Amino acid sequence: MLKMNSRGVLGVMVLMAALGVGCKKNAPVPPRAAVPTPTDTGGTNPTGPMGRPTIVSFTVEPTTVERGQSAMLKWSVTNATSVIIDHGIGSVDVSGQRTVVPADSTTYAITARNENGSAAATATVNVTVPAESPEKPAVPHAKEDIVQQIGHLQDAYFDYDKNDIRSDAQAALTADAATLKQIFADFPTATIIVEGHCDERGSAEYNLGLGDRRASSARDFLVQLGVPADKLKTVSYGKERPKCTDATEDCYQQNRRAHFSAGQ
Amino acid sequence: MKHFTALVSAVLLCAAAPSLAQEGPGIIGTIPGFGAKPRLAVTDFRGSGKAAAFMSTFNGTVFSDLQSAGLFDMVSKSMIPLQPPQRPEDFHAQSGTGLALQDWSGPPPNASHLAFGYAADQGGSFVAYGYLFDVRQPLVGAQMMAKRYIDSMDDNGARKAAHDFTCDITKAFGGLCLADSKIYFVSDRTGNQEIWVMEYDGTNQRQLTHNRGISNMPGISPDGTLLAYTSFRTGRPQIDILETASGRLRGFLNPSASINSTPSFTADGKTLYFASTVGGGPEQIYRCGVTGGGLSRVSRSQAIEVEPKVNPKNPGEIVFVSGRTGPQQVFRMNAEGLDVERLTNGEGEASNPSWHPDGQHILFSWTRGYAKGDWNVFLMDVASRRYDQLTHSEGRNENPVWAPDGRHLVFGSNRGGSYQIWSMLADGTAVTRLTNQGRNKQPVWSK
Repeated sequence: MLKMNSRGVLGVMVLMAALGVGCKKNAPVPPRAAVPTPTDTGGTNPTGPMGRPTIVSFTVEPTTVERGQSAMLKWSVTNATSVIIDHGIGSVDVSGQRTVVPADSTTYAITARNENGSAAATATVNVTVPAESPEKPAVPHAKEDIVQQIGHLQDAYFDYDKNDIRSDAQAALTADAATLKQIFADFPTATIIVEGHCDERGSAEYNLGLGDRRASSARDFLVQLGVPADKLKTVSYGKERPKCTDATEDCYQQNRRAHFSAGQ
Repeated sequence: MKHFTALVSAVLLCAAAPSLAQEGPGIIGTIPGFGAKPRLAVTDFRGSGKAAAFMSTFNGTVFSDLQSAGLFDMVSKSMIPLQPPQRPEDFHAQSGTGLALQDWSGPPPNASHLAFGYAADQGGSFVAYGYLFDVRQPLVGAQMMAKRYIDSMDDNGARKAAHDFTCDITKAFGGLCLADSKIYFVSDRTGNQEIWVMEYDGTNQRQLTHNRGISNMPGISPDGTLLAYTSFRTGRPQIDILETASGRLRGFLNPSASINSTPSFTADGKTLYFASTVGGGPEQIYRCGVTGGGLSRVSRSQAIEVEPKVNPKNPGEIVFVSGRTGPQQVFRMNAEGLDVERLTNGEGEASNPSWHPDGQHILFSWTRGYAKGDWNVFLMDVASRRYDQLTHSEGRNENPVWAPDGRHLVFGSNRGGSYQIWSMLADGTAVTRLTNQGRNKQPVWSK
């Protein structure tokens, strides 16, 4: 099922490329200044044409990083009811900043909406891959063993009885995608288990099914970000392996998670 | 629901005022075995020779078996006359101290029946002679039963003899004996969740699986020979089936899926229903043969569906748990997965349905009226959907299942401070804690 889907998506992408349709992920994006870009649905006019939202700024610093280093996205929007940044960041406040660790050169798009329309802007961070010299056989992060690298993977948290990827989980999984790609680059034979967990309140039987949904959602999200599907295996532990056992919402939230562990 | 009189009045009230039916009082009164009870007196047997050392085990087991049978109104030991008979020959026409039938049928015992006897050391064996009399009859017609029980001269032998004696008494009143029944359950006392088995009264607890991982959610075949459960032996939750006599795993071909879980057998023991993700998406209900062949999908929805239980009297009716209308609820459907109806009304969360042997009632757990996770045991008449609440917020109470006699139930509860297995009569009486070590849950009661 999954394989058919990815093949289908690939087919569509190939078709789009052949037709000359712009594809965000595959089309090479020239480096450009990180300034708001006018689009057909919005503009740079600070007053906002026809009552549409205004993207005051959307920047990334620095605009060029080495692979594995982070960059900071900053944005400020006015007159918007919703603000969304793509590449898995999701809904955000009207102004804020977010650390990103893109594995490859990435153009982030911000879209602000209100009842009158929308405005969009993009910012690109270029990722360089340092040339490896013979004197330096291993890149610095490879000094970490796989257990240490897995330790950097953040849990993705869920709402009660839900397996939707929340915006905070999108941010965590986006960072995890970069880490996972690094792990698979450093350890080509490694597989990673995506564990699905639940809090103690639903029945054990139902929660086994719910943990499976959570692990699958997290896995699917990572695969969309380019993590190889055949390297990720899901396991549901339901509520059988809780991180904590207090009867508090804080503990329940800690247990409603997707968590990563080493395969084999 | 503490007393039978309350149950009777609840039923009468319900009949007189149908508008109260939504609150569900009185379902219990529709289950056989909760009518007027014989008033049974039982004497302490005396033992001669080496048997004397095991009489407290024997007498304690006899009394607790009969009390927990739930079939009898037991005469308290303080009302037992001073000089009870040991053999039928001990009876006299007049006595006043216990050797005449009217000493038992009259006050203070006011008994309808008397169980008595004695035990002896015969050739190194523990031998008990047990009798049952209807004390309201003339002496010539009073004897209902006379039996001899030969067992090993130790605590186990004395307990076995006591179980057999009380079993015969129960059968004499048309009851189904639980003494040979077993309760399978999940315990983490070794540090891992493993399947254990014990006698119905909590004795002889024994570990069945040694997977050193998670083994849980057991289902037992109707004849008690096969136990299916969810095992993480291979890393992911899959179904294992073991032979209860040998403890050996049987070959079972799991569908290739991230989860195969919550197995249960049909009444003929030939088909296994379970939940699986083999079709992609959330767990759905499937069935197959007991070796895993002949797989077919039963339910079709976009929601998590688990815990299928086939009606023991009607293989075309399945109750199960689904999230298809929101929070998990108890549903029923036919064997084609059609005619789906929700049985619980959508309040709270509902789970763990378990059929009564009559195929008309289910036990289940529900958080209706309580916070999320605060489960209580409920009883429902499936046809009318009327329900009774059997536990009342004494901790979390989950996984209720009926005993083969259809009067007792066993469930998991943390009411004592930790998760343990408890049994009780469906009217809420005879509440008994069966486990103590580690955390214990998910019991099933086998013939």
